[in-house]
Amino acid sequence: MIRTTPFHPRLAELSQCQMWGNWSGYLSAVRYDLSSKHEYFGVRNAAGFFDTSPLHKYWIRGRDAELLCSFVFARDVRTLKPGRAQYTIWCDDAGFIMEDGVLFRFSADEFMLTAAEPNFGFLRKLSSRYDVEIVDATEDYASLALQGPRSRDILEVLTPDILGLRYFGFTETKIANTPVIISRTGFSGDLGYEVMIPAADALRVLDGILEAGHPHGIRPYGDEALGMTRIEAGLPLIGVEFNSSRYAWTAEERFTPDELGLGWLLKGIEDDSRPFIGRDAILRERADGSSRWRTIGITVAWSDFYELFESRGHLAVPDELPVAWESMLYNANGKRIGYATSFMYSPILQRHIGIARVKPKYAEPGTDIYLEQTVNHEYINVRATVTTLPFYNPERKTA
Amino acid sequence: MSDIFSYDAIVIGGGHNGLTNAAYLAKAGKKVLVLEQRHLVGGAAITEELRPGFQFTTFSYALSLLRPEIIQELDLVSYGFMPLLMRSHFAPMENGDYFLLGPDAGLNRREIARHSKADVDGMERFEHDTARVRQFIRPLFDSIPPNLFSNDPADTEKMAWLLKHLGTGDKKVIHDTVRLLTGSIADFCDDYLESDIIKATICSAACVGIKLGPMSPGSGMNWLYLSMGEHDGVGGSWSFHKGGNGGFTQVLARAATAYGAEIRLDSHVDHLITEKGEVKGVALRDGTEFRAPVVVSSLDPRRTFLEIADPRELPSDLVETIQRFRFQGVASKVNFALDGVPEYPALSGRTDQYLGFMNLAPTVEYMERAYDAAKYGWYSEHPYIDACIQSFVDPDMAPPGKHVLSCFVMYTPYELKGSTWEAERENMADRVQATLQGFFPNFNDLVLQREVVSPDIIEAKTGLSEGNIYAGEFFPHQMYFFRPAPGYSDYRTPIRGYYQCGSGTHPGGCVIGAPGRLASREVLKDLGGGKA
Repeated sequence: MIRTTPFHPRLAELSQCQMWGNWSGYLSAVRYDLSSKHEYFGVRNAAGFFDTSPLHKYWIRGRDAELLCSFVFARDVRTLKPGRAQYTIWCDDAGFIMEDGVLFRFSADEFMLTAAEPNFGFLRKLSSRYDVEIVDATEDYASLALQGPRSRDILEVLTPDILGLRYFGFTETKIANTPVIISRTGFSGDLGYEVMIPAADALRVLDGILEAGHPHGIRPYGDEALGMTRIEAGLPLIGVEFNSSRYAWTAEERFTPDELGLGWLLKGIEDDSRPFIGRDAILRERADGSSRWRTIGITVAWSDFYELFESRGHLAVPDELPVAWESMLYNANGKRIGYATSFMYSPILQRHIGIARVKPKYAEPGTDIYLEQTVNHEYINVRATVTTLPFYNPERKTA
Repeated sequence: MSDIFSYDAIVIGGGHNGLTNAAYLAKAGKKVLVLEQRHLVGGAAITEELRPGFQFTTFSYALSLLRPEIIQELDLVSYGFMPLLMRSHFAPMENGDYFLLGPDAGLNRREIARHSKADVDGMERFEHDTARVRQFIRPLFDSIPPNLFSNDPADTEKMAWLLKHLGTGDKKVIHDTVRLLTGSIADFCDDYLESDIIKATICSAACVGIKLGPMSPGSGMNWLYLSMGEHDGVGGSWSFHKGGNGGFTQVLARAATAYGAEIRLDSHVDHLITEKGEVKGVALRDGTEFRAPVVVSSLDPRRTFLEIADPRELPSDLVETIQRFRFQGVASKVNFALDGVPEYPALSGRTDQYLGFMNLAPTVEYMERAYDAAKYGWYSEHPYIDACIQSFVDPDMAPPGKHVLSCFVMYTPYELKGSTWEAERENMADRVQATLQGFFPNFNDLVLQREVVSPDIIEAKTGLSEGNIYAGEFFPHQMYFFRPAPGYSDYRTPIRGYYQCGSGTHPGGCVIGAPGRLASREVLKDLGGGKA
């Protein structure tokens, strides 16, 4: 029998379509509204919340906690202060990305990692020679992401402690007399917060948030709207942009941080001696310039998209739902140079956008490349332009 | 004598077409001055905070036919463009039932079937056929009409293109086009549908802004025109803009300014300055003069040709055509600040019906009777109201828990027989409020404030003659080749350097931008050196 998250009784009431997917054995909403586009606008224009409870959560505690984290995670954790969180990745010895997650630092020797995939065995095995305890807290907490321009207005009614939170800061506070952890993080590229709540009290806290959010137009959002916002935010998603190198069959399924556009997490590793898994391979890749790919944004001009369909007798109706497959990319001579991993029509940006990987020499912003589309049962290429990521980055996200 | 400035072009009027035109000219590198008579830009597309926290869309209330080309070519997203798509379409009925369409096609079939099983596929045929008509006429809609009366090779070429395009049309599509252009929307609906509430819902979209009822020939053309809206590629769709239509014109003003245009407020243009049939600039009411070799009027044809220009400098055929050009505004706005949510008993506790338009026009006959009054010089006893509560879609339009209700009211003729709008304004608004109270039993208790904008006020505040929201009635003889007058549909005028770019030119009114955009092309063609 599939499981449900602690929020589920309320979510099921709020769902107009009862469309659920399966996330790690839990029912997870595809969407709640009859149209995910309206949920998406809820996030961009008011506030939406997404049930992230199935995220894996691990405590990493003990005298050597920082030492272990600085060895396992590619991003330097030593500068992370208590009350701060960071987006991070971990790699294999060959410098290929295994996974990504968010690491919270509670104190000098206490961290929590949240990750989409199970990593308890991986962390415990690596910790055997350290004075560290790994605790799986996944089922102890329900969690939700409250995202959008009204998210702060809603939470401040419940706990003024969040007002001082900077981007990627977090605080331990109370909502409805329940201790909660609130971080200014999220996957939407917008102003937003994530709330971790002891599982037994989850419904009570959610009801408090719903009540405070009602006059602000709060609404739940599902996987489809999440996908739209995260592409606009230029954030890679495991299972779409990459998969764990540990489970890859071929070299084509493995990517380095630089190839995935995450090189910025490793700023300064050349000038530092911190040992971490994959370090030598990554330094070699950088020294040799041997990256095979660059991750870029692509946009398709409205006029080109319109022409693609209208000139063939079709109506040009863009689809905001992310395309569920890779689309090939070519240069002007028809030579294949890469592929888009994510592609959608962005209603906010009024154009098609995509996250893509191309051979490094085609990664310069402004370069024209050609994206394969299917029209009238034929493959037809449409012109696309290389851009930087993210596509959407409102000031309020970090202000 | 005040300072005299030099510009490449002066645009009269800071409404959405004037701003669009100015943005295109400025983007092409021209030095442009926009002169707006009021203290704010936007013309008939403004948002005003009449009560703290309550944002009223005083006149126009939705992004209707805005051309997608403009969003892209002017890069409006970079200046804050944010459309908010409508999720629902709600039509209450006199018996307490309702017709409610939402974003799910499958559920919409169920809802249609509740009223007529035959209309489920009838509606799908209607939508497919009308979408094909839209696709067929779109190239005409979005290009400059050829001058039928010119021997210029460029016009001959355009005529040849037009005839060729008409020749490529499918027989049925062309026939459907003519049926819509010449017939009534009620007749057209009868060919597909049987349920009166479903027909009324379609017909209501034809009865916006024109002095015609759904049974009048010509209403089909208005329906087709208004269905040319296209948002995110969805044919026939309208949307709201963040912050109301004033939010949209602020975006246009930011874009125009960023491209280098200068906008001068509180600058009421009195007349053109001409020498030997050429424009040299404009003079304001206060006597200030601005000089430029190009002046583009975004005002309606009456003001453009009979007030700003001196009709004695114009050919008599043009003057006569403009003198008899029909305006005859029939629409009003009544806007409300509400203390809470109107309750529709059959949808008690629900609010999803308020995420788009609601049509208070329960039958085709209801609308036709509402129109009857206007024929005889009076406003409707039972008005047709196109209403929306934009604060449900955009929380920034009203304080939390409160709402703003925009009511577009048909029919309220500009000229009342035996009375004046000053005498009848509040009585008319009482009819509107009584109609709302009839559908929403808690309505009167919610009203915090009411703003009444009758045609005389539309005229006084926006300058639209007789309060016609389209800057000139939508009749076949006032469209395409003939808008605003035969031989003058290419945005030029007989006065060299004087151009028109308002909704009184092709394709016509609505928040559309097309006249401003198309006119800029002709101006730049004549000026030369443009980058656009």
